[in-house]
Amino acid sequence: MASPHTVHAGTRAGRLGALLGAATLLGLLSVPFWAGRADMRLIVEMACFLALAQMWNLMAGYAGLVSIGQQAYVGIGGYALFALAMHGGVPPLLALPLAGLIAALVAVPTAFVVFRLRGAYFAIGTWVVAEVFRLSLAQVTALGGGTGQSLPAAIVRAIAASAEGRDRLIYFTGIALAVGATALVFLLLRSRHGLALTALRDAEGAAESLGVDSFRTRLWVYIVAALGTGMIGALIFLQKLRISPDAAFSVGDWTANVIFIVVIGGIGRIEGPIVGTLVFFALRALLADYGTWYMIVLGAVAVVVMLKAPQGLWGLVADRFDLDFFPVRRLVRGPTP
Amino acid sequence: MTAAIDTVLQGALLGGLYALFAAGLSLIFGIMRLVNIAHGDLIVLAAYIALVVVQATGIGPIESLAVVVPVMFAIGYVLQRGLLNLTLDRGILPPLLVTFGLSIIIQNVLLEGFSADSRKLQAGAFETASLRLGADLAVGWFPLLIFVTAVAVIAGLQALLYRTRLGRAFRAVSDDPEAARFYGVDNRHLFALAMALALAVVSIAAVFLAVRTNFDPAVGPARLLFAFEAVIIGGLGSLWGTLAGGIILGVAQSVGARIDPAWQLLAGHVAFLLVLVMRPRGLFPRAVD
Repeated sequence: MASPHTVHAGTRAGRLGALLGAATLLGLLSVPFWAGRADMRLIVEMACFLALAQMWNLMAGYAGLVSIGQQAYVGIGGYALFALAMHGGVPPLLALPLAGLIAALVAVPTAFVVFRLRGAYFAIGTWVVAEVFRLSLAQVTALGGGTGQSLPAAIVRAIAASAEGRDRLIYFTGIALAVGATALVFLLLRSRHGLALTALRDAEGAAESLGVDSFRTRLWVYIVAALGTGMIGALIFLQKLRISPDAAFSVGDWTANVIFIVVIGGIGRIEGPIVGTLVFFALRALLADYGTWYMIVLGAVAVVVMLKAPQGLWGLVADRFDLDFFPVRRLVRGPTP
Repeated sequence: MTAAIDTVLQGALLGGLYALFAAGLSLIFGIMRLVNIAHGDLIVLAAYIALVVVQATGIGPIESLAVVVPVMFAIGYVLQRGLLNLTLDRGILPPLLVTFGLSIIIQNVLLEGFSADSRKLQAGAFETASLRLGADLAVGWFPLLIFVTAVAVIAGLQALLYRTRLGRAFRAVSDDPEAARFYGVDNRHLFALAMALALAVVSIAAVFLAVRTNFDPAVGPARLLFAFEAVIIGGLGSLWGTLAGGIILGVAQSVGARIDPAWQLLAGHVAFLLVLVMRPRGLFPRAVD
């Protein structure tokens, strides 16, 4: 006889979340037809940070891999795009996924080095690796050396003939990356691998004794995150049209901001990066005139959140109202009487 | 040949400074398993405090330690007691992310207060005086002083940890905080003392750094990486290993710089990664983590 208990992952909030998400996405897709250039650029920037935050959260929030070195893959993605477009003759938009692949390939040997370090030491080790990439690329004169280089006008025109066309293409690519990163994390966590991942996070010993291979699982997460981060990096520098080692491998821009976004929004939750990105850009707009105070306030908010509400702002709301827009937990439902 | 000896010698002396950076990091990791991401920024903070003291009183940088050391000691105590103690025993994320936030806060507060201009402390003729060892070989008195101080500081910390009552209490909370508390040891106070002690060592390193090179609010993270590399090369938890790690890092950087000035930092990082691949537990491991 079949068991009367069923395992399911859907929730009512989940269906509501899907509806809300679809509505937001439709709204975002209409933006290029009525909004200005500056607004579109801002939304692309937000999309890039959201995607970066999803990748960082996948590692830190679900796989226990807290990295301070993800700028390594933003930089490699950016440089791969410039190298492929300028020296390989690859069309820039085609170079985007290739840049992600290159970042993933670089991540494989890197993982075997940094995985020798645990916990906080892993974090600093990844940072050292990012520095090695920054210093090495500063030596490559074909890619502009220490001062960097701009994307030649002929290649820029190869994206699309008009500035308007380029803006639209970059805009839709940005939205696709943000949605793709969010969907990837969601689907990954709903899959068998996600179950292994959460099991590892919550009880490593027990998970391993049930046959979960912690090294392999974490390795895959690290590589997938590098793939995503590399593509996002490629798009960021495709929009900037200029790259330099210091900008490409900036720990402040691509890791500190992303960590603050995830911590403030809620680490280990898919909604966390979304809420965090909104808070981050709201704070930035609010404190735009105060220069460095913006980073001080952001750092202080992250410290307070980590100490007083480690589940993040979204965690506070979700726990209060029992909301879960991206249900990845498995719930057991008993027989209905 | 002399050039080779000179390169290694200068690198080893530079390693003394890195060992001083690393000693504080190693101490707090050893006692409370805390990895302080803001360590480098605290070094830079101490350098700015020395700058303020020197400018306000007109005394020399070395003499300014009489003020900087107690101030950093107090900052360390309050920082640990008031903030970092709250992050312990809560998994790896809180200490890591709180000290990371602290790092960004310190950098930007210094930027706000002192601008991004690079500064330096002047130690007079002593800074450039050197001891002649041969026809083409000389070592500066100042790098020599840094190295000797590093050895003395590490010997002092070692004696403190293994010869005193306080050291015994430190080792007790490190080995088993629960049992230590059971015997009446006040963990919160001890951890605060350990951080205070670490930042007192940081002050010495900071003043040497500020006399040796230019500094600005953004140089902290690189000092953290050097300190971290020295600790890992030497082996976790071993103070003398930290000195060895600092020397290896210094020599690697010095050799790299000799080949091409742009390779100085790269050579140090590569040496670190090589040790990590070949001897993941470092050369003289002690702690188990």
